[in-house]
Amino acid sequence: MEVLTPRTLDEALGIMADAPGAVPIQGGTDVMVELNFDRARPEALLNLNEVAELRGWSRENGGVRLGAALTYTEAMAAPLAALLPALAEAARTVGSPQIRNRGTIGGNLGTASPAGDALPPLLVEGAEVEVASVRGARRLPLAEFLLGVKRNALEPDELVVAVHVAPSGRPQTFMKVGPRNAMVIALVSLAILADRERGEIRAAIGSAAPVATLVTAPLAAAAGFPELVAATASPIDDVRGTAEYRRHALRVLAARGLERCLAA
Amino acid sequence: MKISLTVNGERRDADVWEGESLLYVLRERLGLPGSKNACEQGECGSCSVFLDGVLVCACLVLGAQADGHDVVTVEGLADGDELHAIQEAFVAAGAVQCGFCTPGLVVAAADLLRRSPQPSEDELREALSGNLCRCTGYQKIFDAVRSAAG
Ligand SMILES: Cc1cc2nc3c(=O)[nH]c(=O)nc-3n(C[C@H](O)[C@H](O)[C@H](O)COP(=O)(O)OP(=O)(O)OC[C@H]3O[C@@H](n4cnc5c(N)ncnc54)[C@H](O)[C@@H]3O)c2cc1C
Ligand code: FES
Ligand code: FES
Repeated sequence: MEVLTPRTLDEALGIMADAPGAVPIQGGTDVMVELNFDRARPEALLNLNEVAELRGWSRENGGVRLGAALTYTEAMAAPLAALLPALAEAARTVGSPQIRNRGTIGGNLGTASPAGDALPPLLVEGAEVEVASVRGARRLPLAEFLLGVKRNALEPDELVVAVHVAPSGRPQTFMKVGPRNAMVIALVSLAILADRERGEIRAAIGSAAPVATLVTAPLAAAAGFPELVAATASPIDDVRGTAEYRRHALRVLAARGLERCLAA
Repeated sequence: MKISLTVNGERRDADVWEGESLLYVLRERLGLPGSKNACEQGECGSCSVFLDGVLVCACLVLGAQADGHDVVTVEGLADGDELHAIQEAFVAAGAVQCGFCTPGLVVAAADLLRRSPQPSEDELREALSGNLCRCTGYQKIFDAVRSAAG
């Protein structure tokens, strides 16, 4: 095994072009578990911790650019939390302080788990993912980036560089069901946003379909929205819960979330 | 591969396997067994250390990622023979039974009191939510942190 530690994004992309088998590692909260348990023995690890271009967030013509290395702890902090409140709420539910200090949104996109907590709040805000390789950069809607269970649209030589969002400023919330408050992989989760301007409700479900999935409806159809959310989900029975319970919980979360957003 | 890092204020060099965690580096290469290895998957917090001043699970940091960085372990909290206020409070409150979780909890509690010297009850529970204890039932641990804060 080899560890490659580039100092710039260009250098990192160069390594990905030369060694497309290299596994990127940012916070390591997913990658290290694989290594520690002998589930993965990649030929090379690409340590992204020294690449400054991936860190932090910034404002950009009306929107925000979230670096791939943005941590959950950073997403919870002012003033970003006020710009993307559902993302901040989701970040608060991730793991523990130790995990939130290391885990990143870029890593959440890389893993592309159906339970990834950063994904539903970014979907309802219409986020775009910026990916790059030595061949150039491209941007795609998050919904097109997420392809399936732990599958995303990255080519072997590409890295996630940033997520771009134009914060809507609309009332929104994120809710997650699990056995305790900390250290919980979502049994189901839901981000929901009421957009009075556009007369639209947008929600995104987590842990109840192969990928985090967007559901939209006219505001006028609010009464039937919980049922629509439950019907859109394609949950499975697993060790964490049954499909039937997941559908039920989604109905409850959708009704509760809608009530909160419409009261705001 | 060779890495060089600062541990508890001292520069340390280590020859490590590329895939090993910072926890392994600390315990097996640098002779610092204070940070405990229980789950190796971020669930228990017994390996908690500071990396560049940030509370992390050492089992989830690649050793090579710590190259050139600053690490403080539980061994670095006391000032010579003088225990850290949190350590004193754990002893006084009877917050230690088997002691396996103690180093991680002491480091996590030190992080909390540095960020928030007078934490609320919610902050306290949140700050220690990533550290498991199979013995105490947590009450004495909370008592210890409250008394160190008070
Ligand atoms: C105890 C524990 C609790 C957890 N709780 C939660 C939770 O509540 N909710 C949740 O959603 N997740 C949770 N996770 C999973 C994990 O913390 C998140 O998925 C996190 O966002 C991963 O980020 P990272 O930077 O640590 O990723 P890493 O482990 O560094 O990488 C994850 C994946 O992304 C790839 N990658 C990383 N950066 C890039 C990049 N820039 N470009 C391309 N690919 C990249 C890596 O190659 C790898 O495949 C938990 C993990 C642990 C260990
Ligand atoms: S050993 Fe690192 S969290 Fe359990
Ligand atoms: S004292 Fe034994 S695990 Fe906490």
